[in-house]
Amino acid sequence: MPRPFTPKVVTANDLLMGDVIYQTADNVWSRSIAEAEVLRDEDTANARLAFGSAQAGEVVGAYLADVKVGENGPQPVHFREDFRMTGPSNYFHGKQADLQASS
Amino acid sequence: MYSYNEFDKAFLAERNAQFRAQVERRIDGSLTEDEFKPLRLMNGLYLQLHAYMLRVAIPYGTLNSAQMRQLALLAEKWDKGYGHFTTRQNIQYNWPALRDVPDMLDALAEVGLHAIQTSGNTIRNVTADHFAGAVADEIADPRPVAELIRQWSTDHPEFQFLPRKFKFAVTGSPNDRAVTKAHDIGVRMIRNDKGEPGYEVLVGGGLGRTPMIGKVIRDFLPPEDLLPYMEAIVSVYNLIGRRDNKYKARIKITVHETGLDTFREKVEARFAELKPAFSGVDQDLLREIEGHFAPPAFRNAPTDAYEAEREANPAFRAWADVNLAAHRAEGYAIVTVSLKKHGATPGDATSDQMRVLADLAERYGHDELRISHEQNVILPHVHKSDLPAIYAALREADLATANVGLISDIIACPGMDYCALATARSIPVAQEIAERFEELKLEHDVGPLKLKISGCINACGHHHVGHIGILGLDRAGVENYQITLGGDGTEEATIGQRTGPGFAYDEITDAIERIVRAYLELREDPEETFLMAYRRLGMDPFKAALYDEAGKAKAHAA
Repeated sequence: MPRPFTPKVVTANDLLMGDVIYQTADNVWSRSIAEAEVLRDEDTANARLAFGSAQAGEVVGAYLADVKVGENGPQPVHFREDFRMTGPSNYFHGKQADLQASS
Repeated sequence: MYSYNEFDKAFLAERNAQFRAQVERRIDGSLTEDEFKPLRLMNGLYLQLHAYMLRVAIPYGTLNSAQMRQLALLAEKWDKGYGHFTTRQNIQYNWPALRDVPDMLDALAEVGLHAIQTSGNTIRNVTADHFAGAVADEIADPRPVAELIRQWSTDHPEFQFLPRKFKFAVTGSPNDRAVTKAHDIGVRMIRNDKGEPGYEVLVGGGLGRTPMIGKVIRDFLPPEDLLPYMEAIVSVYNLIGRRDNKYKARIKITVHETGLDTFREKVEARFAELKPAFSGVDQDLLREIEGHFAPPAFRNAPTDAYEAEREANPAFRAWADVNLAAHRAEGYAIVTVSLKKHGATPGDATSDQMRVLADLAERYGHDELRISHEQNVILPHVHKSDLPAIYAALREADLATANVGLISDIIACPGMDYCALATARSIPVAQEIAERFEELKLEHDVGPLKLKISGCINACGHHHVGHIGILGLDRAGVENYQITLGGDGTEEATIGQRTGPGFAYDEITDAIERIVRAYLELREDPEETFLMAYRRLGMDPFKAALYDEAGKAKAHAA
């Protein structure tokens, strides 16, 4: 029996800066996973991944990452995606610092 | 040390110009990522978890002060003010933007540095003993040989698409500080029974998912045969090395599957073909390179100031006892500057710290610096009378940690804090273990102990050859840390043995403490190091300390 589909988002790295980005429902790339479009079935997920991957002038290495959907929108399931969403643990660099700077 | 001639400068300028154009074509859409990726990797540019990463080679770990200052400049101007020194004598910048990388490479070229072949299936940065040219136990300085191999392998047309990456290490000392037995090729400079210089050549060593100790393919290679023999080995590997499976593509698997004797026969046959093509130009070149590595003019001066400071300053004495090594010149010492302050990231240095180190090298150290595979910085030629001033300057710069060779002098790969391949974090584990032993004030009592941490099976943190090794894995979506004991990276190279089931992220520091406490109880006397005790006693008592006590603790909690 095929495993049930779990919710996913399309994520990648930005071509110029290399930082982590997420595809939104209105076809832009966000720095925040909370703004990512949640994909709830396999066909949509694959179509959205293909769409994201095709934007080679903007993104590198697009793939589908598992999420759980909570009050604040999609959040990572795996700890690797937690680190991608946050930044390294040895310095306050990366997304955690960018978010603080922009708030 | 080696300085670039016009040919080297022109070659590097051309490569950098090519890469600048490749970056432009990627950004304007003329190149796809699939087309661009091999080009950026050839120039040391990775894409990691949070950003690009530029890996710059420090050939055989040798730098002058101008080069160190330029590394500081790159960190400050195009990164976040620090650099990470790696287990392969490279430096990594964790935050460059794609558009800036061509400028970074041009800035490196100004001081004779580059990022060529720091990635990809090519011959990588040639590493060597970080005490080369200085240490008392050395037969010969390995760096001219390493530089010759660097020149021969750089842009070698036959070896740009090997089955997999390929790593050389060279040592000129019988005490192997370069881990030559864990490299694709290890070159050991030796003398034969007649006292003639030559090389012992090891092949097929490596760590990673299938750790193997290098095997002797030639016990004595005459000096003039070095390059043709190296070319023969890599050539045979290039032809018969497996390309069907990335995990079986390293030369260690080729040698293992082919058998050492058959592999040697093929190499010898290829060597017979190649040897006539080497007219001796390579040996002329080696003589010229050796001229670049003439020893500095050591001075003859009293060391009273050093002795007096030892008496007067216990902190200085504690530092000198563990951070100095014996120099071959009278009155001199080799200073290892620890980049392992308790709680800091192993191998990281800020731009300011790099400049302090450059200044010290220029003022007191014959303008030389080394980067060790153990992720520390070395001032190889320091007169002992200058040590009090150097120590004071290091303290000012937060670089005076007295822990070289002790448990907190941890090798750690970047792990999942940066690396896209990692399966778990390494850095915070290293930080916590170092802080624990600092709190316990135990590490000087414990004595020599090499602890090495890798955040995935690729083993960049050399955990297999740590006296205590830690391997971080992803077990069902949770970080889990396996422990190995009894590994050794020296001339007696040994792969560590797994203790058993791994430990959770919040259990691993306690687990390491249990092992170390068991050692302190079990050792015959303080002269018996952890490794000696392990070799005498075997795994069982350590296993008992690790698992029985954990079991007891769990039973108590329940």
